[in-house]
Amino acid sequence: MRPSPVREITPAQAQELIDKGAALLDTREPHEWRAGHLSGATLLPPAELGARVEDVVSDKTRPVVIYCAAGARSLRAAFQLAGMGYQDVYSVAGGIGRWKAEERPWELPKDTPAIATNPRYARHLVMPEVGPEGQAKLNLAKVLFIGAGGLGSPALLYLAAAGIGTIGIVDFDVVDLSNLQRQVVHTEARIGMKKTESAAMTIKALNPEVKVVQHLEMLTDDNVDRLIADYDLVIDGTDTFETRYTLNDAAVRAAIPVVHASVFRFEGQLTVFVPFEGPCYRCLYPTPPPPELAPGCSVAGVLGVVPGVMGLLQATEAIKLILNLGDPLMGRLLIWDALDGTFSEVKLRRDPMCPACGVDAIARQAEAADAAFATAS
Amino acid sequence: MTKVRIPPVLRTQVNGQKEVEASGATVGEIFNDLVARYPQMGEQLLSSDGGLHRFVNVYLNGQDVRYLQLLDTPVAERDALIILPAMAGGATAAGATAGGR
Repeated sequence: MRPSPVREITPAQAQELIDKGAALLDTREPHEWRAGHLSGATLLPPAELGARVEDVVSDKTRPVVIYCAAGARSLRAAFQLAGMGYQDVYSVAGGIGRWKAEERPWELPKDTPAIATNPRYARHLVMPEVGPEGQAKLNLAKVLFIGAGGLGSPALLYLAAAGIGTIGIVDFDVVDLSNLQRQVVHTEARIGMKKTESAAMTIKALNPEVKVVQHLEMLTDDNVDRLIADYDLVIDGTDTFETRYTLNDAAVRAAIPVVHASVFRFEGQLTVFVPFEGPCYRCLYPTPPPPELAPGCSVAGVLGVVPGVMGLLQATEAIKLILNLGDPLMGRLLIWDALDGTFSEVKLRRDPMCPACGVDAIARQAEAADAAFATAS
Repeated sequence: MTKVRIPPVLRTQVNGQKEVEASGATVGEIFNDLVARYPQMGEQLLSSDGGLHRFVNVYLNGQDVRYLQLLDTPVAERDALIILPAMAGGATAAGATAGGR
């Protein structure tokens, strides 16, 4: 009996086959491809594989290496190819995730000339720290906003203007007259409209190149993993302890950075949580205060410009993270006092005993990943 | 006397002051002085066993006292203490919305 034409291989074995001339296929979706792919690969999403593969690899005796994100889709695809008569098909176990984890080379899709000459971004393009390459990174970036309110408004405007490719907004609220003192992404004519829709209209008017994804739901433990999964970073504009902890724990699980800010009357605070590189929210405050000691802020108010300034600082930190520029505000909490006109800073540390990102938590996560990997393979 | 910065959410406990002066050779002594003059600060800062609440962080010259000697951390006259309790930080009704701020 002939051995099965399908085998699972390691990234090292894949590299060897590619070097010897095997065809290389990427069977993921275009948005995953845009976040980086192997050099020399051809993108064939699962839905297009059957119809297009013979155009890409016409010789069915030529070895084919196929990968996806983690190795499950590519294994299914490998069997599909074998069924079509391909004689030598290899699926990369662990996919591009394992490939990247082993620090093997990969690349971003070739910079389209349109970005390098787009007059909209001329002031970015002339700066060597941004340039066409940096602008391409911004155009590929996917940023999720939790809330299109006081903090989200200015950050949404400037990140849209900067050409962030995809902006997701989680909000289930509608525009109210009392929002307009600070939530400048909305307008009086849109009172009663869903905030996500109003924000999308403003963004589209400013920069139609931005893709806006509206998530009309409240962030909960049940949907948080799904909501944040597709994004590179999260701008936290939540206003309850519950959502802050829900977001923090999920962001740590998915290793997605969170740009955090809070405002109160004439003051604001800002920091960046980069999972496993710096502290997370639970490193600072493992548990929320009991309700009776949580200071009530419903009647405290806020000067409209305070979330404006803090939201723009969040946008600034987001752009720094995407472009890998400067020193992110990681492990540091910035405190702005509008009345004094002062910025001060305190040092934040990662807590090795942190219930979300401490040593025990990492061990638990590694076990879960191993189990998932074993099931997938 | 050491200057203690009071966070906005606790200012009502100290008659609206942004900063108060307190005396003591350690963080604990300074807190005792503070609580003696502003009794309502007591339950906000300290748990029933006299320790610092886990949802309140205290910074001495920008460093978290949890990584120094907690309430036993020595304090000099010109040092600056900052109290930072966890805050949800919304300007809308707390808990009413996510992202409505």
